[in-house]
Amino acid sequence: MSALSTNIADVDPASAAAPVIDRRLRARRLTLVLFALLLIVSVLSLTTGASGASLWNALSDLTAGRTLSTMDRVVLLDIRLPRLCMGVLVGASLAVSGAVMQGLFRNPLADPGIVGVSAGAGLAAITAIVLGGLLPLAIQQFLGSWIVPVAAFFGGWGSTLLLYRVSTHGGHTSVATMLLAGIALGALAGAASGVLVYYSDDNQLRALTFWGMGSLAGATWTKVLAALPIIGLALAAAPFLARGLNGMALGEAAAGHIGIAVQRVKNIAILSVAGATGAAVAVSGGIGFIGIVVPHLLRLATGPDHHSLLPNAALLGAALLLAADMIARVVVAPAELPIGIITAILGAPVFLWILLKRRGDLGI
Amino acid sequence: MTMTLEARNIGVKLGSNEVLHGVDFTARSGRVTAIVGPNGSGKTTLLRAMTGEVAHDGQVRINGADVASLHPWQLAAIRAVQPQSSSIAFPFTVLEIVRLGLSAGLSAAESSVPLKALASVGLAGFAGRMYQDLSGGEQQRVQLARVITQVWEPLVDGTPRWLILDEPVASLDIGHQFTVMDLARDYAARGGGVVAVMHDLNLTAMFADQVILMEGGQVAATGSPAEVLTDETLARTYGCPIPVNTTPPAEVPFLLPQARVTLSVQAG
Repeated sequence: MSALSTNIADVDPASAAAPVIDRRLRARRLTLVLFALLLIVSVLSLTTGASGASLWNALSDLTAGRTLSTMDRVVLLDIRLPRLCMGVLVGASLAVSGAVMQGLFRNPLADPGIVGVSAGAGLAAITAIVLGGLLPLAIQQFLGSWIVPVAAFFGGWGSTLLLYRVSTHGGHTSVATMLLAGIALGALAGAASGVLVYYSDDNQLRALTFWGMGSLAGATWTKVLAALPIIGLALAAAPFLARGLNGMALGEAAAGHIGIAVQRVKNIAILSVAGATGAAVAVSGGIGFIGIVVPHLLRLATGPDHHSLLPNAALLGAALLLAADMIARVVVAPAELPIGIITAILGAPVFLWILLKRRGDLGI
Repeated sequence: MTMTLEARNIGVKLGSNEVLHGVDFTARSGRVTAIVGPNGSGKTTLLRAMTGEVAHDGQVRINGADVASLHPWQLAAIRAVQPQSSSIAFPFTVLEIVRLGLSAGLSAAESSVPLKALASVGLAGFAGRMYQDLSGGEQQRVQLARVITQVWEPLVDGTPRWLILDEPVASLDIGHQFTVMDLARDYAARGGGVVAVMHDLNLTAMFADQVILMEGGQVAATGSPAEVLTDETLARTYGCPIPVNTTPPAEVPFLLPQARVTLSVQAG
C-alpha cells in the first residue's frame, strides 16, 4: 500500500474468516440427504397403490428363486415401475428447468409453467397428436413414438426464445414484461390448443384429456423411453451451465467481463429448458409449480449457487413429484386425483409468497 | 514492461445519436488514467466501448492484442471491469459474490484471495453477510473486491493486468473514497494498469497520473492533472467558472483533502 494508505488492507483476513459459514459444504451434505430421500420415496411409490400387489412378496419370491405371480409382475413391472421412472424424469426435468430458467431470467418467478413455455410445448405436442397423421409417412415412421416429445421440444424452444426476446432488452430482464408476456403466450397457446381439440377424433381426444391437469397415470415404458433421451441430454447440460448462471446473476455485461461466453450460456440454457420442459409436458401434461417450489426451497436452505442448486433440484424435484403422485393415488382411491391439483395446492401459495416479498422489485 | 490499453478512432451511435466520435486515447500500465467530463459527455459510453459492452467503430487494443479477437475468458484473464450498477438477482452472500471473480480454471475454491480482497476494500468480516442487506456503498465495495479478485496480481509473467472502473467512488463516503483510490494507486504502483471514469475532480487531481477530459463525445483535453485541470479548460467544458488552486472567501468553510499529504509529513 502507498504511504497514504489507511492500512485497512493490513487486516489479517484469517481472523475475519472465522464466522463465515460455507454453504457449499452444507449443499453437498444436502445432496446426500436428498438422494436418500429419493430412494425412500421410490420404494414407497412401488409399494403404494390400489391393487394388492406387494413389492415385498415379489422380492421374497425373487430371492427364493420362485417366479413372480402374474399380478405382481403386471402391477409392479408394467404399471408402477414405469410410473416411478416417469415420475423421476418428469420431476427432475421440471425442477431443473425451473432453476435454469430462473437463472437465465435472473428472477425466482420465472418458471416454464407460469410464463407460458409449458403451454407452448403443450400446443406443439397437441398439434403433433392431432395433425401428426398429415406428415409424410416416412417422417412418421422415422420419429415413431418420439414425434410428440420432439414436437413439444420445438414448441418449448420457440416459446422460451420468444419470451426472452420480448422481456429482455439490452441485457436487462423486465420482470413485469416477462410475467405479462408469459400470460399472453399461455393464453394464446391455450386457445390454439382448444381449437385443435375440436378437430381431434375420439382416439386423439382420449390421448389429450389426461393432460388438462397433468398426470403420471398414462406412464408406459414406451413413453419413458421416448422422453429419456431428450430429458437426459437436457439434464446433462445443466452442470456446464452452473458457472455461467452464477455469473449471469451479476447481469449480462458483468458475466461477460468475468469470462463467461454469455450468448453460449443463453443458448444452452434455452435449449435445455425447452428439452426438459417439452419432454416432460409431452409425457405427463402440464404439471405446475414444481419448478417454482423446489429451487426456492433449495435457495433458502443452501443459497443460490447453481453448482449445487441444479443437481439438488433434480433430486428434490423427483422426490417431490413421486410424493405428490402417491398422494394423488391414495386420497380418493381407487380413483385418483390429477397430480397437477396436488402440486398447485403445494406450489401456488409459495409463488404468491415470493411475489409478495418481491413486490417492490416489480415496479407495480 | 509498460504496456498499453489503446482506443483508436472510437465511434458509438445509440439510435441515430452519435454519442462518441473519433475518440483516441492511450492508457499506460503503471499509471492511473482518469476519464472525466460533464454529464452526457460520453465517459461511460467510452468505457463501455472499451469493454465491448456497446457496439462501436474503431479498434481497442489491450497489451497489443485486438480486444475483438479475444474470447471472453482470455479477456477476463487480462482485465476486470467494475460496473456502475450492482443489483444481484439472488440472495448470494458477500463471499459468494467475490468468489465469482475467481476464474474457473484456478482450483481456487479454497483461495484466500477473496478474503484479502474484501479486507483491502475495508470489508473484513463482511464475508458471511447477505449482499442484498448491505448499503449501496458497501455493495459497491463488494463489487470492487470481486473485480480485484479477478486480476489480483497486477503483473503476470511481466505482463500487466488492468482494472477498469466505472465511477468507483460514486456512492462512497470520503474515507472509503480514499481507501478505494489508494487501492487503485497501489495497483498501478505494482505495475498494473488502471482506467477509471471519475466524477470528482479533486480526487482525480490527487490520484490520477493522466486525465482524459471528454466533451460532447470527443476528447477535449488530455495530459497530466496539472495540464488538464486549468481554470480555462474547466470553465469551457463544464460551462461554469471553476477556479483551480484558489482559496475561497474566509467565511465559506472548505475541505482540501489534498492537505492530508502535509498531515502525514508532519506526523511522520
